Amino acid sequence: MSEKTEKTEPRLSVFKTYKLYVGGKFPRSESGRVYEVTTKTSAAGAAGKGNWLANAPLSSRKDARDAVVAARKAFGGWSGATAYNRGQILYRVAEMLEGRKAQFVHEVADAEGLSKSKAAVQVDAAIDRWVWYAGWTDKIAQVVGGGNPVAGPYFNLSSPEPTGVVTVLAPQESSFLGLVSVIAPVIATGNTAVVVASEKSPLPALSLGEVLATSDLPGGVVNILSGRTAEIATPLAAHQDVNAIDLAGADDVLAKELEIAAADNLKRVLRPQPVDNWSETPGIDRMTAFLETKTVWHPTGSLGASGSSY
Amino acid sequence: MYSRYARRYARLVTMPTNAPSPTAERVGGTPTHALQDVTASDSTLRRFLHGLPGVDAVGLEARAASLGTRSIKTTAKAYAIDLAISMVDLTTLEGADTPGKVRALGAKAVHPDPTDRTTPATAAVCVYPDMVATAKAAVAGSSVKVASVATAFPAGRAPIAVKLADVREAIDAGADEIDMVIDRGAFLAGHYAKVYEEIVAVKETCGTSARLKVIFETGELSTYDNIRRASWLGMLAGADFIKTSTGKVAVNATPANTLLMLEAVRDFRAQTGVQVGVKPAGGIRTTKDAVKFLVLVNETVGEDWLDNHWFRFGASSLLNDLLMQRQKLATGRYSGPDYVTVD
Repeated sequence: MSEKTEKTEPRLSVFKTYKLYVGGKFPRSESGRVYEVTTKTSAAGAAGKGNWLANAPLSSRKDARDAVVAARKAFGGWSGATAYNRGQILYRVAEMLEGRKAQFVHEVADAEGLSKSKAAVQVDAAIDRWVWYAGWTDKIAQVVGGGNPVAGPYFNLSSPEPTGVVTVLAPQESSFLGLVSVIAPVIATGNTAVVVASEKSPLPALSLGEVLATSDLPGGVVNILSGRTAEIATPLAAHQDVNAIDLAGADDVLAKELEIAAADNLKRVLRPQPVDNWSETPGIDRMTAFLETKTVWHPTGSLGASGSSY
Repeated sequence: MYSRYARRYARLVTMPTNAPSPTAERVGGTPTHALQDVTASDSTLRRFLHGLPGVDAVGLEARAASLGTRSIKTTAKAYAIDLAISMVDLTTLEGADTPGKVRALGAKAVHPDPTDRTTPATAAVCVYPDMVATAKAAVAGSSVKVASVATAFPAGRAPIAVKLADVREAIDAGADEIDMVIDRGAFLAGHYAKVYEEIVAVKETCGTSARLKVIFETGELSTYDNIRRASWLGMLAGADFIKTSTGKVAVNATPANTLLMLEAVRDFRAQTGVQVGVKPAGGIRTTKDAVKFLVLVNETVGEDWLDNHWFRFGASSLLNDLLMQRQKLATGRYSGPDYVTVD
């Protein structure tokens, strides 16, 4: 074969099958359904049409249920890991993302209709966001916990504890930076997450699953579902084994419905927060939203004659 | 593809294991059915058991797998869940069993879901002989039976006198059912008569006060042919129930070995008119699994066995999953392990 024919011969394109990320594995939707994901360019976006990108899995409520089972199973190990270890793993996620930056720039540009350079800014900010939260894992306890002064021979200590399994509805518009900004604070504090990706642009989220799978993050800590947000979120909001829900990606009507469903087992609900610019420093609110304060009274030991055992 | 074939050839695959018809009449002796002569001596027993048709392993597994694909939904599912709950032998067989744990188990057996009193009670609680009295007190006044494992469970490696004493103790303490283990060593060595005599002796000790379940420990019998032989041996010896496993070894109840045993009880009734129950035990953890077993029962032996007098599940964690599924059907939202007991 001469060099010339090799150049002209067309190569078969390799299409990627985007899959869910549940329990550390990459299943298709239990229902077998998919839906078409298209690009968002300003003109095509206005017309409601874009170029076909991929078929994403259209998750059903059973996928949601399986994801909750996986998240619950992972919770013990993840919440029991040291904060330092969680920080290392989150930093590892940033490292892995850095290596696959080009892919994410490409996907974000398609998903959000941005130029390559603007998409690159978004991806850089998302990677920095992982690093930022990685640093917080072993510091948040000092900020929101501590020793309380009490009038008695006790230590009184408040320490923040993760809530449990958190359902996260990822922001609809910011498909990657917004996504990272809602997942990272949830898992940084030791919760496990069931994430419902942006309905129109789920591909960066599904690719993030591949990054998480190769980042020492135990399977089940983050579970990513794509599909119709309302369809997946409704059973999740009513699920008795979900402890909290972040409604970032729900519109007003859906948010209200979900909040009512979530009241049944007293889920913690984070209402949709208006975010104009996801690249601003987020503060610690998203972390504290899914922390519970455990307060323990600890005797100091028998008291000596002086009124103190020391 | 293969499931279609499995259905087409189902009749061939599940060929009745008709034993050679009896040739001699015999009067007296314990069993009073048509096959009593085969137990006359070690050699007739061996000839009979080895004369049973060999098991088509591939066909058996394909049949079990294809029956596991049925979709059971809505009202059928609700019926299946309630039926399965009523068939559970709620089991605790740990060295660390305390009277408190057994009492808690008894309370759970009587009212599996305290928040919903329409939930049926389970069939029985299954405990070690020394816990029978505690269990009996815990389920007093309810329909729940007390089953006790006996005969040096789970290994069955003890002299016959010890085994019988074990059984007697359990019955004296009030056990309604005895789960005995066969001597797998003797069975695998081909001493069928020894195994037979043991079961007969235990059955005699049980008398009319307790039903006898015979555990084969199918995971240790190593072949389907052996499971078929053990099933027939147990039934010939007068077992009221044949049970797959102790739950103490790696391989427990599987759809295939349960299907095989169901075929054995079906054919045994066809030949002798005696109905024998089946109890798969161990490894059945989810509602989905339990429903698959119920489908096997319905398709193999029919509705006569769809009752907790003739079919049981030996399980502990299965009940929680059944209850969670039941809550899901009742409320429409998924339940979680926080809403059932930890045991």
